[in-house]
Amino acid sequence: MTVYFLCLVLFCIGLYCIVRKRNLIKIIIGIAIMEYSVNLFFILIGYKIGGRAPIHSSDQTILNMVDPLPQALVLTAIVIGLAVTALIAAIAIRVYEKYGTFDITKIRKLKG
Amino acid sequence: MTRILLPLFVVIPLGAAFLNSLIGKRIKGFSDVLSAIATCALACISIYSVFIFKDTGLIVYKVGGWIPPMGIAMVMDGLTVFMLVTVNLVAFLISIYSISYMEKYTEKWIFYCLFLLMVAGMNGVIISGDLFNLYVFLEIAAIASYALVAFGTEHEELEAAFKYAVMGTVASSFILLGIAFLYSVTSTLNMADMSLEIAKGGSPRIIMLVSVFFLMGFGLKSALVPFHAWLPDAHPSAPAPISAMLSGVLIKSLGIYAIARVFFNVLGTSPQVLSALMILGVLSLIIGGCLALGQWDFKRLLAYSSISQIGYVMLGIGLGTPLGIMGGLFHLFNHSIFKSLLFLNSGAVEYATGTRDLQKMGGLREKMPVTSSTSLIGSMSIAGIPPFNGFWSKLIIIAACVQAHHFAYAVWAVLISLLTLAYFMKVQRYAFFGELKERLSHIKECPFFMKFSMISLAVLCLAGGLLLLPGVFDSFLGAASDAVLAGKDYANVVFVAIR
Amino acid sequence: MKEQQKGMTIIVKTITRLTVGLILLFGIYIVANGHISPGGGFAGGVIIALSFIHIMLAFGKEDAFKKMNQGVASFFESIGAIIFITLASLGIAGGYFFLNFLSKGEPFKLFSSGLIPLYNIAISFKVGAGLFIIVVILMLFKITKEDEKK
Repeated sequence: MTVYFLCLVLFCIGLYCIVRKRNLIKIIIGIAIMEYSVNLFFILIGYKIGGRAPIHSSDQTILNMVDPLPQALVLTAIVIGLAVTALIAAIAIRVYEKYGTFDITKIRKLKG
Repeated sequence: MTRILLPLFVVIPLGAAFLNSLIGKRIKGFSDVLSAIATCALACISIYSVFIFKDTGLIVYKVGGWIPPMGIAMVMDGLTVFMLVTVNLVAFLISIYSISYMEKYTEKWIFYCLFLLMVAGMNGVIISGDLFNLYVFLEIAAIASYALVAFGTEHEELEAAFKYAVMGTVASSFILLGIAFLYSVTSTLNMADMSLEIAKGGSPRIIMLVSVFFLMGFGLKSALVPFHAWLPDAHPSAPAPISAMLSGVLIKSLGIYAIARVFFNVLGTSPQVLSALMILGVLSLIIGGCLALGQWDFKRLLAYSSISQIGYVMLGIGLGTPLGIMGGLFHLFNHSIFKSLLFLNSGAVEYATGTRDLQKMGGLREKMPVTSSTSLIGSMSIAGIPPFNGFWSKLIIIAACVQAHHFAYAVWAVLISLLTLAYFMKVQRYAFFGELKERLSHIKECPFFMKFSMISLAVLCLAGGLLLLPGVFDSFLGAASDAVLAGKDYANVVFVAIR
Repeated sequence: MKEQQKGMTIIVKTITRLTVGLILLFGIYIVANGHISPGGGFAGGVIIALSFIHIMLAFGKEDAFKKMNQGVASFFESIGAIIFITLASLGIAGGYFFLNFLSKGEPFKLFSSGLIPLYNIAISFKVGAGLFIIVVILMLFKITKEDEKK
């Protein structure tokens, strides 16, 4: 139970980082923390007490495996997180080229 | 053999996108032709699937031959067919439009590659039968749209794209968290199976938490009011065909369709959830309409108007009665048509005059007759003037509100409809009527492909009311609203169709 | 000496020359055994991309572009995706999209389980080339301050 609670604490830390920090790069790091915490939560849901890794092997018969479905889904979610982080980092670099600063309170051309 | 239709909606745009990136940069003009052919094929297949659905009923396609719930399923029911026609028809017309519009930007093959990826993602969301598959395709469409908003790489586009990307990622994380909680309760990902497990009772508090997460996540994708702040920056800054695509189909396919599918068919609707949807809808109506009145930027005004009209759709769907859901879905279809038309008009105006500021334009009616007449048709549709299609759908929504005894919501809907008329008359007066300014006297009408798309969409605006005729109604709109109303019955119908 | 001014120090360059071939080989091993042991297309593709990025970090851009330039990487990326879609669509002829129609063989052998190793190879092309291009583009920006501040 405490493991899930700590995952949600990590999620809230990531969310705080996105909401409160003023530097563009710190916002990107906050996004990364938030995505990793959701992936971690998803894997922990599939855990069975006393289970072992869900890999077949040719010389033993394994009886007690943890749930393999969340692991496959989290693999996809990690790739999605990577793609989003790469895209947002490229946008942030070009924003720096155009505006000259990483501070979001100064990047405010669109108003109204 | 007609089952083969379903994967084609994803295979054709994906294949065309990657062929584009391989060959499109070497041969000029190849990417235009390929994407026009691909989106035309998709539009034809989606209209054909309306007739297939009328004959065979619900179709379930087992990917790879594995039987669901062990394998991945693609499901085609009434709501799916309705959304597929909306998305693919608008995508085809916008693809034709951007053949001439995107000449101003460099690297057209990159644009078409991302555009087709976005169409593939939207189609995948609509036909998916699993919750995680829906999430993956939603991310594909969303990431393609973040890149497309930043396409011109000017100051405003990059800032708007950054804001949109960060907020969209937060929403996606909430959706994934909701899926994780749902998986822990039901231990399956197939939507039909999940709805059967949830119906057995068990953990009502986790289901309520999941409802809140999904409302936050999908609500941001569909720009409901507390989560709308990205839309007025992202939609004006994108190139005009992408604004039309984002405002016309993306917020509906990723947002409204997902809310309807997940809340009505999987989670089950309690009165609290429905009243939450209705309250969010009315707030969007009011705030979007009031903020649109004071805008001087043409596309920003259209963006706020999108928020307002999505409020109408949400109000209709949130009522939960047959008339309300039918009105909401009809307004969704109509809004795709006339909002895309209006954004394409603003693109044509920008292509000719080089500005989006309403105070710098005037009297364009003499020089650009096609653009101004189609924009008059679009404005009258969105304001709800008979006999255009917007009138019918707004009438049905207001009648449904009165029938369900929510008189305050009906009064607000009528008032905001008058406000919509007011600010669109402002656009018409400042941009098209009035006298021609000096520096605009040399502009000419836009090229052929742009005219073709705008005239086609205007014809659809005029013909939209015909969807309420008895013969056409049952197979298209009626099937869609039946699919949403069926609620938990979705699961039983899907399992019958699997065998 | 001119070689020391570009890229990193000479210790890093020597070790890179020794290990980068092994990293590439290890990536190919993980891709090829994706259906038997953990790994598969994505993880193997990342390791293959890392071997090229390693050359770029240690020696500088010009030497890395001699081994793999952007045009070739872009070609591989598109080819990987097209092979994946073609293999998936071939199943339609057999009845279902994504059907696994090659012979499945016996478990735990290298040439078993039908189409899955081919999917792994296609994915590793796409992911490897894609990651390499992403890192090249992110490193190609020279960050100069804009004179006009808004």
